[in-house]
Amino acid sequence: MLSPAIMRSNALSPMQSSGTTAAFATTLSILPDAAKLVFRGKTEAIEAAGAHFGVKPSLEACRFAAVGGRSVYWLGPDEWLFQAVNENPIEVFGGMSVALQGQACSLVDVSHRSDGIAVAGPTAALVLNHGCPLDLSLKAFPVGMCTRTVLGKASLLLSRSEEHVFHVDVWRSFAPYVWQFLDEARSLS
Amino acid sequence: MLLINCPYCGPRPEAEFVNGGQAHIARPADPMSLTDDEWAAYLYMRDNTKGLHHERWRHANGCGRFFNASRDTTTDIIKRTYRMGERPEAEHQGAKP
Ligand SMILES: [Zn+2]
Repeated sequence: MLSPAIMRSNALSPMQSSGTTAAFATTLSILPDAAKLVFRGKTEAIEAAGAHFGVKPSLEACRFAAVGGRSVYWLGPDEWLFQAVNENPIEVFGGMSVALQGQACSLVDVSHRSDGIAVAGPTAALVLNHGCPLDLSLKAFPVGMCTRTVLGKASLLLSRSEEHVFHVDVWRSFAPYVWQFLDEARSLS
Repeated sequence: MLLINCPYCGPRPEAEFVNGGQAHIARPADPMSLTDDEWAAYLYMRDNTKGLHHERWRHANGCGRFFNASRDTTTDIIKRTYRMGERPEAEHQGAKP
C-alpha cells in the first residue's frame, strides 16, 4: 500500500504564487486536502453511512451538513459526497466500508480527483457570476446550499458556507483554469 | 437564459442540461424476433413534431438525473417536466406520448 505522504500533490499549488498581487475585495485560497467519498444508494444505506460518519446527510435537495471538518453534500436524489478535511482517505474509506457492509449501495474514493478553492469577500457572488449562470443571491442560494454547476467551461461543485464565502470543488485538470478564471474575474469586479 | 425546471433541483439555467432525445420509446421486449427494418425503426426513427414534444433531458451539471420534459417545438416553451417512469399529463397526450 502506498504511503499517504507520496500520494498527493495539489493541482493548485503552482497557482497561489502566480497571478496578480494587487489587493482585491475577493480573496482566493486553496482549501486543505480532504478525504472525499462519493456514496450512491437508497435512504436506509445513507442513514447508516451518516450515522457512522457523524454527520446527518441532508435528504433535501442541494443542501450540505457539516460537523467540524466533516461534511456531507447532497449531489443527487441518491448521491452524496462525504468529505473529511485533513483525514487519511484510506482510513475513512475503510471505516465506511465496514459500516456499510450488507447495505445496497456504492462507495467510491474520489479524494484525488478534485481540489478545493475558497472564494471569499463581499463581492464573491459577483466574481463567480462572471462564469456561473446560477442566481447566487442569498434568497436563491442560501448559506448551506450546494450544487454541481458550471463555471465557464468547467463543471464543479459549488457550496456556500457563509454569506460571503463560497467553496468550489473542481476536478484537478480544470483547477488551474478555474483559478485563473476567478483571478481574472475578481480583477474586473 | 432559458430556465428548465429540474424535478429534483428546481428551476436552473439551460447551460446545466443536455437533451436526451425523444421520450417514452420502449425497448422491444424480444429484439431477436424483430426484422431488421423494425429494429432500425426502434433505433433511428423519431417523430419530427411541430408543437408539443415529449423528450428526455439530463441535469448533467447538477443532480445528474434524467427526467422528461414536454416542450413546444415552435415556441421552445417547456410546459412541464416530470420524473422518469411518469407519463405525460392527459391534456398533453394528444401529441404522441
Ligand atoms: Zn437536478
